[in-house]
Amino acid sequence: MYSQFVDTGVERMRCAEELPELERAFQDKIDSDIKIEPKDWMPEAYRQTLVRQISQHAHSEIVGMLPEGNWLTRAPSLRRKLILLAKVQDEAGHGLYLYSAAETLGASREALIEALHAGKAKYSSIFNYPTLSWADVGAIGWLVDGAALINQIPLCRCSYGPYARAMVRICKEESFHQRQGYEIMLALCAGSAVQKRMAQDALDRWWWPSLMMFGPPDAESIHTQQAMRWKIKRHTNDELRQKFVDQSVPQADYLELTLPDPALKRNEQTGHYDFGAIDWSEFWSVLKGDGPCNRQRIATRRQAYDEGRWVREAALAYGAKQDRRRAEFS
Amino acid sequence: MQDWPLWEVFIRSRRGLAHKHVGSLHACDAPMALANARDIYTRRSEGVSIWVVRSTDIIASAPGDKPILFDPSEDKVYRHPTFYEIPDEVDNL
Amino acid sequence: MNRQQALFEYLLRLGDNALILGQRLTEWIGHAPALEEEMGSANIALDLIGQARGWLAYAGTVEGAGRDEDDLAFQRDVMNFRNVLLVEQPNGHYGDTIARQYLFDAFHYPLLTALSACTDQSIAGIAAKASKEAAYHRRRSAEWVIRLGDGTAESHAKLQQSFDTLWPYTGELFALDEVDHTLRRTGVAADLTAVRREWHEHVTRTLAGATLVPPQEGWMQSGGKQGRHSEQLGYVLAEMQFLPRAYRDARW
Repeated sequence: MYSQFVDTGVERMRCAEELPELERAFQDKIDSDIKIEPKDWMPEAYRQTLVRQISQHAHSEIVGMLPEGNWLTRAPSLRRKLILLAKVQDEAGHGLYLYSAAETLGASREALIEALHAGKAKYSSIFNYPTLSWADVGAIGWLVDGAALINQIPLCRCSYGPYARAMVRICKEESFHQRQGYEIMLALCAGSAVQKRMAQDALDRWWWPSLMMFGPPDAESIHTQQAMRWKIKRHTNDELRQKFVDQSVPQADYLELTLPDPALKRNEQTGHYDFGAIDWSEFWSVLKGDGPCNRQRIATRRQAYDEGRWVREAALAYGAKQDRRRAEFS
Repeated sequence: MQDWPLWEVFIRSRRGLAHKHVGSLHACDAPMALANARDIYTRRSEGVSIWVVRSTDIIASAPGDKPILFDPSEDKVYRHPTFYEIPDEVDNL
Repeated sequence: MNRQQALFEYLLRLGDNALILGQRLTEWIGHAPALEEEMGSANIALDLIGQARGWLAYAGTVEGAGRDEDDLAFQRDVMNFRNVLLVEQPNGHYGDTIARQYLFDAFHYPLLTALSACTDQSIAGIAAKASKEAAYHRRRSAEWVIRLGDGTAESHAKLQQSFDTLWPYTGELFALDEVDHTLRRTGVAADLTAVRREWHEHVTRTLAGATLVPPQEGWMQSGGKQGRHSEQLGYVLAEMQFLPRAYRDARW
């Protein structure tokens, strides 16, 4: 869901007999859970879909540093500052692992980043909401990282080797992210009335956008069917969303916070929680670029990149000089 | 502007174990590649030694060569100790 | 000034240097020139803030007034901070940050190495751990000084300017006052003359490798270690201390 809406470029599903021989062999490998590695033959649509999905995921990590980074200089204790710093640093690392995975498919990191800055690449809608109080840092860790984990764990088994390996590493590292967020919420809810209000306010603002993170219902979508056949997506958006709701309700209860959904109710027949209708018009408008912080986030990233250009160029020039010196010496 | 060159990173996680590929990174020179590998891939005490090598310096076998390179060894079962039948009473073999 | 007061002051100097420089570095997170640099600078900030916790916690113990690391970090005003002026200087561009970092690292490493042999066991313990971190910091920032100095004409000019601007803040690193004199007698404070010697050698060598000209020796700024700061520090603290000061009795 860090890649909420990935176009597979496929217009209709084909049955096995319709596939050209190479592609049938490729699909056979996937069906028997043999990983695809960078130099293997793969259909162009598979490659491009993966680049799109992995880079959306990478962009989400990088843009995702900003809302929490907003509180790094204002964390309320040295311990909290260290934890948050280590977490935001992890996000940079995860972006890096993912860009590396995309690079194994022949994409250049430079080009992917430029597409992001030009507004041509997508990233998760969730990072276009502002962090207004310290409680937002707690809510992001608890809900946003919780949702991310639900989505990412199945990707550890995805068909493309480098992506699966990156996800294994990411999931392992992220296991503390959700816990530190929940711990912040625990402290706030055990604190003064003002702190508790801060926590409830953050939950009120982050709950619905967190549900939107899983993307629109997609069971019927041709892209979902194709992505699932390729094993680069393992569950539908609604399945994952339901799992998230089911796990979050008791967590909110423990904090004695109220989820901002009057329709939320346990369904005795299914054993799951039914929840209210999601405002998909908000989702689409944020995804298109019209969320509270879209322009600000991209402008910030672009500025950092542009202002760092002379540094990257200098390092590159120095490296080239060193190579020349070594060549002359030997 | 082109990106810094790509490097592959290999980490020895404990003394006694071989270096294992863990991922890649961008760096403009060898000291930076080592420093970045340390900062990116050993944040949780994952390593005691690092190798970095430019990705372009790695020579890889072609996936299409799998049949000619690796299949021929599949029927050489006599290379494996389990191929041989030795009576149970005989020890130290 | 008695020994306990001097020791408290000394620990605040060590802790505040690490805290304020660490705080400055966190301002870069999300804005660094390359993804790899995000990782590297975050690691250094983590080291420094971790060190600050150690120094400030011990300072609180020495003071004996019941203040912990967070009370000292978040409840003191500018005039009670004891960091050198160098570390509170604004980040500027990446070259400014690298120059500031290197000038500090080149001082920090020999200082911590000397303190690892301190007669005060708590100081020796914190310093021994921190000096390993500082050794890496110095290596990394020196490499960056050389890259930028010997990179492009633009980066060379920028970095020369950074060193020229920051140079007047380096004198204070080695200035002795009553705190040092009081603690030197009992083998607690480091010998800043020896630290200065190593700093000077290292800086001279690095600047030469970076094809940079050592800035002219001249007038030096001072005052940070005694609580007389530049205008910059007030803003750093206003941001850093906002939450604990806005919500006086809250626990986080």
